Amino acid sequence: MGKISGSQAIVKCLLEQGVKTIFGYPGGAVLDLYDALMDSEITNVLVRHEQGAVHAADGFARVSGEVGVALLTSGPGATNGVTGIATAYMDSIPIVILTGQVPRALIGNDAFQEVDIVGITRPCTKHNYLVNNVEDLVPTLREAFHIARTGRPGPVLVDLPKDLVATKLTYPEITPIHISSYQPTYNPHPVQIEKACKRIMKATRPVLYVGGGVILSNSSNELTELARKLSIPVTMTLMGLGAFPGTDELSMGMLGMHGTYTANMAVAECDLLIAVGARFDDRVTGKLSEFASKAEIIHIDIDPTSISKNVKVDIPIVADCKNALKAINKWFDTQSNFSLEEEANRHKPWFDTIKEWTTKHPLAYRENNSIIKPQYIIETIHRLTEGKAIITTEVGQNQMWAAQFHKFDYPRHFVTSGGLGTMGFGLPAAIGAQMAFPDRTVIDIAGDGSIQMNIQELATARQFNCPVKIAILNNGYLGMVRQWQELFYNKRYSSTTMDVTPDFVELAKAYGAVGLRATKKSEVEPVIKEALATKNLVIMDFKIEREEGVYPMVPAGKATTEMLLV
Amino acid sequence: MKHTISVLLQNKPGVLSRVTGLFSGRGFNIESLCVAETLDPNVSCLTVVSRGDDTIIEQITKQLNKLIDVIKVTEITDKDYVEREMVLIRVKAEAHTRAEVLRVVDIFRGKVVDVSAKSYAIELTGSASKIQAVLDILRPIGIKEIVRTGIIAMGRATKTK
Repeated sequence: MGKISGSQAIVKCLLEQGVKTIFGYPGGAVLDLYDALMDSEITNVLVRHEQGAVHAADGFARVSGEVGVALLTSGPGATNGVTGIATAYMDSIPIVILTGQVPRALIGNDAFQEVDIVGITRPCTKHNYLVNNVEDLVPTLREAFHIARTGRPGPVLVDLPKDLVATKLTYPEITPIHISSYQPTYNPHPVQIEKACKRIMKATRPVLYVGGGVILSNSSNELTELARKLSIPVTMTLMGLGAFPGTDELSMGMLGMHGTYTANMAVAECDLLIAVGARFDDRVTGKLSEFASKAEIIHIDIDPTSISKNVKVDIPIVADCKNALKAINKWFDTQSNFSLEEEANRHKPWFDTIKEWTTKHPLAYRENNSIIKPQYIIETIHRLTEGKAIITTEVGQNQMWAAQFHKFDYPRHFVTSGGLGTMGFGLPAAIGAQMAFPDRTVIDIAGDGSIQMNIQELATARQFNCPVKIAILNNGYLGMVRQWQELFYNKRYSSTTMDVTPDFVELAKAYGAVGLRATKKSEVEPVIKEALATKNLVIMDFKIEREEGVYPMVPAGKATTEMLLV
Repeated sequence: MKHTISVLLQNKPGVLSRVTGLFSGRGFNIESLCVAETLDPNVSCLTVVSRGDDTIIEQITKQLNKLIDVIKVTEITDKDYVEREMVLIRVKAEAHTRAEVLRVVDIFRGKVVDVSAKSYAIELTGSASKIQAVLDILRPIGIKEIVRTGIIAMGRATKTK
């Protein structure tokens, strides 16, 4: 076989790994790569800011389950991507970021557009590489994909010096990947499974606490089977929404800082907490010493570092969630003296208590006949799309209302920056999601602050025919921060009032998109209907109640039972 | 509580940076660190001493294991391992203390590696407790400078068949 250039080898390797779409922005260091890409079947989505490229690759990965790919140039191109990389890292999303680098002879010389991106991203990537020899190029890329998608997924960065990608090489045969120092544990220990199952049989007040790991491992079916079989109520983290059907009667909704009253009370009063693919994050636990204080804890997670990191776990199970859940289901299926009805009956008093909590303090908001309430917008979107659209969010109040008031019944339909909480994530992530599924409805729930952080991606959406529907919950404030200032800083709105905001309807038109506005409650449904029927990028500018709050709310440092309610 | 952890790593550029970055990023402190190639040129052995309670050490061990380039992490305990550290000590050696210094060096089986009118530089190898003992003895005489390597350790062979 003849020799090809490094760039051509990279393109060939991407195709070999099943990549058909990448998101990126050219520059000097990646000229060769972009030249090679031009003749390939790979769609190169040209964004308008490198942060957008990484968020789009991230959104693509979240909805499709495949590895997202971003291509950035050296120096400022790479540093612009760091926020996107950290976002993916915190939420364990499989993406490969290819960055251009100055020629090898110039590395360390303070060359033009040079940064030590490997050094900068060391703490926020699952792994990263600087390729120094052309023979290592393809094996490194293959390894990068392997590391990104296996075990606990995460972003992997590969830094590519400009002279290296111009060097000729012989494309190597595929060999099986074996990294002796990286061997995740996929199969649960049978002893731990048995221990867990026996403990579940003794529980009278069990709770399933479900996180993003269930979605990443594609084990929603196994989880749903388990919950229904054993009659165990389920609560989801922000990242776990959709892992279990939100409309199911076993669902208690989200838990944590802005979770439902029912979910937080159930966790506080349960005698067995079964954590699956969740990491006991501080947004969920509140005051650690009082979290699930009456419960024994079973924790299923593929990452041993998450187990007993914040909260002592009684029965740890290190495994891929799918395998662990399958093993548990199988164990119960082979139990002869076990009856589904008996389980349901045994838990009946617990379910009665849970129902009381929901009756006493359901998720609610003060409705208004004329002023638009953001929660009403979310409910209407859910109703008009039958809960089947892909929803991405920005960060803040918009994100929390979307999580609370849109019931997610399917996994990979809710795309949100949970761990890092990156404003400006929603629009580029929506573009990534739309590129993965051109025929689905993709809606970005945004605030007027967040949407401006990556507003330039409107051009990307237009250029690549992404008919994303953007719902801006416009209150003229940086809402979530304003809420904290209202509650804890005597309503001193320091730098949270945006006196100047563009006319989003005019802005949409400037980008060749459709702009719609609603200022009264009666206009909300017609606007959403029109947006859904429009085969174009749409911005819906909803002028909402200015000082609406997200409730329930667990103030920082408090126990999750000390919720502020509506 | 002080803990000594031995880490086997892939011998590649940047791996040491990952380990130290892990410690600093998570607020674990490094008291000492010693690293070099093993028999296999592709593998390095790193010995790090850190302080913390058992939960912290458990987290450190797990986080180290999570790094792609880390092959194995072992916690060292006195029973099963031999540990050694080397130290260079510059001791004040005036006319009336020179003989005393030499006697101490002899007792602890050290070596004098540098001489000047007012000082001796001593090379000493031993366990952490031996090093501490020497320093305690020499301190009243006057220590001007210390350079330490940090602890290295190796498992003891099984004595019975």
